[in-house]
Amino acid sequence: MFDQLSDRLQSTLSDVRSRGKLSESDVDAAMREIRLALLEADVNFKVVKSFTKALKERCLGSDVLNSLDPGQQVVKIVKEELASLMGGTGSELAMAHSGPTVILMAGLQGSGKTTACAKLALHFRKMNKDVGIAACDVYRPAAVPQLVTVGERAGAHVYEKGTDADPVEIAEWALQLAKTERRDVLIVDTAGRLHVDQDLMSELSQIRKKTKPHDVLLVVDAMTGQDAVGVAESFAEAAEFDGVVMTKLDGDARGGAALSVKAVTGKPILFASTGEKLEDFDKFHPDRMAQRILGMGDVLTLIEKAEAQVDEKQAADLQEKMRKDQFTLEDFLQQMRQVRKMGPLSGIIGMLPGMGAMKQLKDADIDERELDRTEAIILSMTPAERVDPHLINGSRRKRIANGSGTRVQHVNQLVKQFDQMRVMMRSMANGKMPDAQQMAQLSGAAPRPKVRRR
Amino acid sequence: MIDLGSRVSANASTEAEPEEQRRGVFRRLRESLSKSRQALAEEISASLFDRIDEETWERLEQALILADAGAPTTAAVVERLEHEVDSGAVPADGALVRDRLIEILAEVASTGRARIDLSGEPAVLMLVGVNGTGKTTTIGKIAWHLSKEMGLSVILAAADTYRAAAAEQLAEWAQRAGADLIRGEEGADPGAVAFDAISAARARGADVVIVDTAGRLHTQSNLMEELAKVKRVIAKQIPEAPHETLISIDATTGQNGLRQAKVFSESVDLDGVVLTKLDGTAKGGIALAIASELEIPVKLIGVGETLEDLRPFDPGEYAAALLAE
Repeated sequence: MFDQLSDRLQSTLSDVRSRGKLSESDVDAAMREIRLALLEADVNFKVVKSFTKALKERCLGSDVLNSLDPGQQVVKIVKEELASLMGGTGSELAMAHSGPTVILMAGLQGSGKTTACAKLALHFRKMNKDVGIAACDVYRPAAVPQLVTVGERAGAHVYEKGTDADPVEIAEWALQLAKTERRDVLIVDTAGRLHVDQDLMSELSQIRKKTKPHDVLLVVDAMTGQDAVGVAESFAEAAEFDGVVMTKLDGDARGGAALSVKAVTGKPILFASTGEKLEDFDKFHPDRMAQRILGMGDVLTLIEKAEAQVDEKQAADLQEKMRKDQFTLEDFLQQMRQVRKMGPLSGIIGMLPGMGAMKQLKDADIDERELDRTEAIILSMTPAERVDPHLINGSRRKRIANGSGTRVQHVNQLVKQFDQMRVMMRSMANGKMPDAQQMAQLSGAAPRPKVRRR
Repeated sequence: MIDLGSRVSANASTEAEPEEQRRGVFRRLRESLSKSRQALAEEISASLFDRIDEETWERLEQALILADAGAPTTAAVVERLEHEVDSGAVPADGALVRDRLIEILAEVASTGRARIDLSGEPAVLMLVGVNGTGKTTTIGKIAWHLSKEMGLSVILAAADTYRAAAAEQLAEWAQRAGADLIRGEEGADPGAVAFDAISAARARGADVVIVDTAGRLHTQSNLMEELAKVKRVIAKQIPEAPHETLISIDATTGQNGLRQAKVFSESVDLDGVVLTKLDGTAKGGIALAIASELEIPVKLIGVGETLEDLRPFDPGEYAAALLAE
């Protein structure tokens, strides 16, 4: 419902332009939509209430004459206010002047602490820091071996004493060793605990007292609902955390919990965990989160990812080829590989704004194996065949199918699709945009590419 | 709560002891539930329905939203109750309105088949869900109940071959519960592990197989496809298995829980929800939204870390708890 927030605001405020200013009832109507949208994103009820109140004041009497349309104007104000509420620009971790920087990780069960520890360790390893991790979760079965495995995968040394030792002692012991072994960073993993569990919360504050961490990070699941506020408040009291790590942001949760936590505790969100792999860990961007909460997609992240992957010169060459109608299957293969380097296609589509409107793409079940198959088919072709697919006759088709472990009809399908694509590129080169249906077919995202002969 | 099929009579006649024990467990549950129900009911009437006016409906709305029931479900419930009071169908009396509200909520929450079907021989249960929602812990608790309290022989299938040390975690639970464990190498095919577990169950004449699967975000279509494959592989051994496919939903989950249940249901056809971590302050209202919008019933709730803290879901009690401050 949220993807259409802009649309809904636009229709709610459609007649405002003739009057030039937003009236109180216009703003009230807009606030209702915004309120619903924020609740749907799991922003805390009380935060929503005070937020819309402040927003209303800013919108009232706001001049809409110059804006293209009042809906966009309000959306812009909402976006700005959300981003500023979420902490303006990004914040940084505090680092020790000498000796190891100690970072204590805390959070509810299942929020992703252990994985976040390893990801954070890798983050520091990439900066050539020597990282140790203290295994203080002695409660959950097999938590220690899990940390040893992922910690070592990240290139960190894991200090563990099994599950019989006391977590506070383990933390102190690990800190001593980290000092003598001259590590740059010590990350202290703790057991997941409910914020209402008195014993475990006081254990956490004990670990805090003994290790005197430079940073205490609260790990919060992006899917958390209204209770995020209560959780954050309790952890703020017991552990006085300095910042937040948001996990599971690779899902489709809007992550309103981020806003709630920031609004209630004032602590910034420092990192975002965006995938299963250890590398999927980024600095948090409040402005982008604001857009995500509003369902506007994460275009900036997408552009950055694309920039990181696409070679400028290559891109220019490709454009030239498209224009001259010299695009070959070899180019197609390169192109496809480049796009796939940005991550799973479903994730990329999620970052595009307005995907709510393009239902075909949003609900499309993108099968990455389909792409693997396409790659295999192209790789089984000779260079000559890749340049001119029309060379591919019956016996070549059979050879390619055998070589790629596919069937002749798959080869046929690819050749046909490629033909179609060339037609589309010609029309694009002439300045016409393809429609969504065509795009969906070409990306292989439509239920199944329906091949039409022109 | 549990449908044992023909196994009930067999056990009851030949093994009186487990049967009695089982009754004992459920009596304990009922007692603890009714106690809390009473306390909660008093609390609701005190806080919410002193006077019935515009503010009542606003506060009710707020309570449901704060419980994560979501805007559509909240609006539907409040509108219905408000209409019934306005039309005189329900008298504007605090206690009566409160009772009617609990009835409505219970009605929303109880949808579909509430019992857990263990009539298959062996009965196959599969637990699915996103990462960190408590699948493995829930399986450990179910296994313990079935094995220690009901005297059934249980085999656990460690089909989470992805997360580091997931099988070790399950092995520990298997040991506590006195269940057998079938596992593969880390990174092994999860379908093969499930297949082997069911083969073993048939060979050993075990009563129940519980399949643990790796946590996955519902947005990862390749992993969802893998899950559907595990289910297909299971069905190759026993066509109607898994007899129960349950999704574990963390009670702290917000509106995304609805998406989770929807997408998982599309790939493996869910029979029910296990609502975990209800021992915190989260109310798990998302379960109401799931029941009302997707018609998937909540079957079990997890209210703590110990083995006894897995309970059958009681809609009436849950409705009352949802509104307590």
